[in-house]
Amino acid sequence: MDERLLTAAIVIVGVPAALVGYVLLIETILRFVPGRIAPRLRPILWLLPALTFLSVFLVYPTIDTVRRSLMDGFSENFVGLANYEYFFGSGETLGALANNVLWIVFLTGGAVGLGLLIAILVDRVRYEPWVKAVIFLPMAISFVAAGVIWRFMYDFRPESGTLNAIVGTFGVEPVGWLNTWPWNTLFLIFVGVWMQVGFAMVILSAGLKGISTELLEAARVDGANELQVFRGITFPLLLPTIAVISTTVIIIALKAFDIVYVMTNGNFGTEVLANRMYKELFNFSQFGRGSAVAVILFVAIVPVMLFNIKRFREQEAIR
Amino acid sequence: MESPFIKRRRLVAGLVASMLVIGACSDGGAATSAPAASAAPTEDGGESAAPTEAGGEIGGSVSVIGTWGGAEQDAFLAMVAPFEAETGIKVEYTGTRDLNAVLTTGVASGILPDLAGLPGPGQMREFATRGALKPLEDVLDIEAYKSETSPGFVELGTVDGQVVGVFIKAAVKGLIWYNPNVYTGGVPTSWDDLWAKAGAAATGDTKPWCVGLESGPASGWPGTDWIEDLVIRQSGPDVYDAWVAGTQTWSSPEIKAAFEAFGEVVSEANTHGGSNYVLNTGFGSGANPMFADPPGCLFHHQASFITSFFQDEGGATEGDYDFFPMPDINPSFTGAATGAGDLFGMFNDTPQARALMAYLVTADAQAIWVGIGGALSGNKNVTNYPDDVSARSAEILANATVFRFDGSDLMPEAMNSAFWSAMLEFTQDQSKLDAILANLDSVQATAYAE
Repeated sequence: MDERLLTAAIVIVGVPAALVGYVLLIETILRFVPGRIAPRLRPILWLLPALTFLSVFLVYPTIDTVRRSLMDGFSENFVGLANYEYFFGSGETLGALANNVLWIVFLTGGAVGLGLLIAILVDRVRYEPWVKAVIFLPMAISFVAAGVIWRFMYDFRPESGTLNAIVGTFGVEPVGWLNTWPWNTLFLIFVGVWMQVGFAMVILSAGLKGISTELLEAARVDGANELQVFRGITFPLLLPTIAVISTTVIIIALKAFDIVYVMTNGNFGTEVLANRMYKELFNFSQFGRGSAVAVILFVAIVPVMLFNIKRFREQEAIR
Repeated sequence: MESPFIKRRRLVAGLVASMLVIGACSDGGAATSAPAASAAPTEDGGESAAPTEAGGEIGGSVSVIGTWGGAEQDAFLAMVAPFEAETGIKVEYTGTRDLNAVLTTGVASGILPDLAGLPGPGQMREFATRGALKPLEDVLDIEAYKSETSPGFVELGTVDGQVVGVFIKAAVKGLIWYNPNVYTGGVPTSWDDLWAKAGAAATGDTKPWCVGLESGPASGWPGTDWIEDLVIRQSGPDVYDAWVAGTQTWSSPEIKAAFEAFGEVVSEANTHGGSNYVLNTGFGSGANPMFADPPGCLFHHQASFITSFFQDEGGATEGDYDFFPMPDINPSFTGAATGAGDLFGMFNDTPQARALMAYLVTADAQAIWVGIGGALSGNKNVTNYPDDVSARSAEILANATVFRFDGSDLMPEAMNSAFWSAMLEFTQDQSKLDAILANLDSVQATAYAE
């Protein structure tokens, strides 16, 4: 039998078996523990596997990344804050940082704004499922594949570049979409919007369905027009949903890598932090600098995460 | 930058032109894998083949990672097929487009293939000084290797007096290609003569040059080849070496002059389609207008490997293209040539790895790939070039009085990458030259610090 099949079988049967075995083992041990301590011990022991995995795969790498960001290229000598000095002293990395800000603003704005618009527009039409399905479709494509597809869309040669073929029919010379700064970053972001708008739309649409029709009816009976209904009722009630989606998309924007790597590799002023990190780590063997970029990305994401958690807690409290 | 072949792999991954290679795949070396005639009994079960009986039998397997895919992968497999048949060793080849990342993390973690293609001499030196690459002094028949191989190639694979890398195949750079049905002005005697002849032959639609710099994540490398060929012919090998070693600044007049000469080539007046075409056209299809009617250009500057692209991308047939070596510029530095090759090294010292390494440098092995086409050999005893163009390319390789390896390949990876990007920036807006060179200077100041 193929070794891989064997491995797969072991994983499928073995992992659940080991977990159940672990629980049974703990319960057996706890039977011999004095009654008063057992209830306190049980949650800790039950959590232990999860905590171990968390420590090994998340906590340790995070700490190690911070450590490496203070060391030289091959993590051999301590260099203090030199890697951070490099980050804040190099035009390349600062340009990447600026581009990430553009990604946050336009990807989030575009995906959430368009998603909301579409969700509202199709909310009361008969063919809603079809529209939603079509717009949701790109979500199923990987970022890399989307990058490849859009490379062809933006291709300079009108024979393969759809956009240039279109402008060509109006007698316009082919446009170098991906090498015209600063628009090229926006064209890359548009690919991200194309992919994420379906996600935003589906969740916002679900939120929209959750708003009780009595509220809307009442407002209309009171003489509010559709715009007033939206501003006074729909939008405020959707706000928590919008916040959740926005934070998710912001994190996607901060992590933006695949599209840039595939389409321009950061050339023509389209560099982003994650691509920079990749280059430093894997191409230049600069583990220190790469780690410093990773730490900066991490620090940038923390406030977004905190906001998300705060929001989540508030909602839990309401329940 | 890496050898054009490595770049080609990268590009494949870079995805733009997977079709380039699909075209190249259609022929391919499968045919040559016939010599199984010698038929070892261990055809298949390489896993547990007992190393018994005949002296040649070793059995087991050897893992190899390289950048070759498509037609090149077929050619490599054809190259090792006789070896597998004779020794019973199974060669487990994996092609990757991200060789550098695989090896960099591999060296850090210690998990490495037995043998691997190396991204370039710069990376090779790094791996060797970190002890990851095994010296080949007692793996190869080192005397035979040194006597058969061009000294330049031996030297490039040597670190601290020990051979750690060998060339599987080579390419010669700095060839100027033309379509003999379009350009009939003869071989120029100097750079100025080239421009004079171009001026005489060019018409409104037919510009002197075709250039394509796009190559996925490695975009810009064809421009670095240009600069290298200009530097060595304008300012000589000493300046070239200092520049590659990081002691000659980019803003120095010598390097700036090379950029300016390249700027003239890619100016709106002299290049087909202007800078937008140059920046957005894949290196493999850059020369296509040369074979169009009316022709879009007269000349195309590229390494010897490009002929397969002429056929697959440009629809050219064998009589449609020919080349002359890039002419001399400064009369005090004549006969210069640049080239590149695919380096190979050993990371794990196993009997199987040793056997394969020793086999790969032999003329018999390298002749297989050369016979398939698309490759030159650094081994002097390989002479079975399949056509006139590759035979003449090999002659340039053998006869150059001043031979230098692709300079950006030798630079640290950070420098190389900045060099690629700089070629794009410069082509986009030539007025930024001083700022671009200043930026390269600042990269140079840190990239060589290691």
